[in-house]
Amino acid sequence: MSTIELQEHPDLAVSRPYTNTELLSVVAARELAGRRVVFAGHGLPTLAVALAQQTVSPEVEIVYESGITGAHPQELPRAVSDSVLVSGAECVMGMPALFNYMLQGNRIEVGFLGAAQVDRYGSLNSSIIGSDVDAPAARLPGSGGAVEVMANCGEAFLVMRRHTARTFVERLDYCTSPSPHRAAEHATGPMPSGRGVTRVITDLGIMSREPPDEELRLTSIHPGVQVEEVRRATGWDLQIAADLVTTPEPTESELAILRELDHDRVYLR
Amino acid sequence: MDKTTSLHDAIAKYVRPGMTIALEGFGHLVPVAAAHEIIRQRIQGLTLARMSGELFIDQLLAGECLDKIIISFMGNSSAGSLQEVRRRVEKQYPRSLEIEEYSHGGLVARYLAGASKLPFMPTKSYRGSDMVVGHEGIREVIDPFTGESFYAVAPLNPDVSIIHAQRADRHGNVQAWGILGMQQEVAFAGRKVIVTVEEIVDDEVIRSDPNRTIVPATIVDAVVEVPWGSFPSSVQGYYSRDDAFIRQWAELARDHDQIVEWLDTNIHATASYAEWVALQEPQRWRELAVTPQYSQPVNYGSR
Repeated sequence: MSTIELQEHPDLAVSRPYTNTELLSVVAARELAGRRVVFAGHGLPTLAVALAQQTVSPEVEIVYESGITGAHPQELPRAVSDSVLVSGAECVMGMPALFNYMLQGNRIEVGFLGAAQVDRYGSLNSSIIGSDVDAPAARLPGSGGAVEVMANCGEAFLVMRRHTARTFVERLDYCTSPSPHRAAEHATGPMPSGRGVTRVITDLGIMSREPPDEELRLTSIHPGVQVEEVRRATGWDLQIAADLVTTPEPTESELAILRELDHDRVYLR
Repeated sequence: MDKTTSLHDAIAKYVRPGMTIALEGFGHLVPVAAAHEIIRQRIQGLTLARMSGELFIDQLLAGECLDKIIISFMGNSSAGSLQEVRRRVEKQYPRSLEIEEYSHGGLVARYLAGASKLPFMPTKSYRGSDMVVGHEGIREVIDPFTGESFYAVAPLNPDVSIIHAQRADRHGNVQAWGILGMQQEVAFAGRKVIVTVEEIVDDEVIRSDPNRTIVPATIVDAVVEVPWGSFPSSVQGYYSRDDAFIRQWAELARDHDQIVEWLDTNIHATASYAEWVALQEPQRWRELAVTPQYSQPVNYGSR
């Protein structure tokens, strides 16, 4: 095995034979068991879905944000718009087909999202950190397709590399992509057809919720993590599932496939 | 009609200070050379419309060409933030930048309405999103059939739409393949249309495969041959994206003065994009070149 720089959670005293990013990818891939059509944007989801195809979900179809589906890339794509995804793919759609027919047309079962902040109902901020919208402390890239993924996919899985009280917040600085729970509090616009965020996968555990009104609950905790650590890293009073389980360790086989898929460690940084 | 011209003349003729221009291409077929020519000609006060972030936005900003951007994702491709955008929004340094922001679906809808000359386009997004708060461009409409409330966006009709593609004939019939983004819609939405291509080809090449033509000559005003015109983004079948350059840019762009210096050396000190390409190490272009992988020909038949 090559030398891998471990990126442990600063508050965590355990050492693992895999990185947080590897753990996140394995856990995200397992959550795709039995799923058919998955939407993947920039980053880690690309890798997680590739792993799922080789493990729990050989039939899973990935629809990339660049409009490609049925991709058979000869090497791991370095971005969703990487030309390597196109060569040998089954279909390339333009943006109107992707956003209007695939997404608004409710053809996607699970959409992967990332965010800078998430609240207890799974509303997301990927736009602005700080209280002043006109002069924010940090201006992040914004929605991209996140608003449409949240509103139109059957459900959304959120992957967060770092679980901290600054990212899991009582109140978002700005709501980019509203959960159906939040949308219901507003009077105008059509209700989202999707169920919103149902899973949140972090470096500490997995949170789940039953839409529309349930809060995120800690349902699985990663090996070596204490419940109190997760509660401390969450900005609201986190509910713990009565049947809380410990996440099974990534298997040697899962890790081997993952490291082979991303041998240049494009995503496993 | 022969619409071929130089990049200098196409930009000088159609792009004027104060205009709204769209430069589209979703991580692929990105009209970078055209952006560089706008910087080279120091055209100011522009509004740039574009879905996804690319580092040429940092370059246009530091070149002081833009007052405003209409955008739906302002990252540096997959390499983090666009630092010049962040500086202007967070610190108003060296000056402020107006941003009119949508989601991808919202901006797709604006181009579709623009291309179709419709007064608005409804979208199923935005209920409960802060993106609609105080936004002049996203408004509530009532479905006349069901009475249901929707959000709608206004048409976007750029003064000039600029796209890049693999090839065109001299009349402006544009053929493209790979990731097509909004190339066709933004061309139809534009009042004037400039197309840059890797190659200008004989009429017969285009006519051998008419379904490959995404933009017909009738709506195109200028055609320019610009090899490597999408660098560091890719052109399917011609060259790959240059990840190393994109990551290096993310570092360089942390300092405004370094971007200005880059523009001075690479754009203002060269007479044209072609000259800049010729000045680069040949090794760079060799490494980005791709191995041919042809499609099966299709049979159009004849009587």
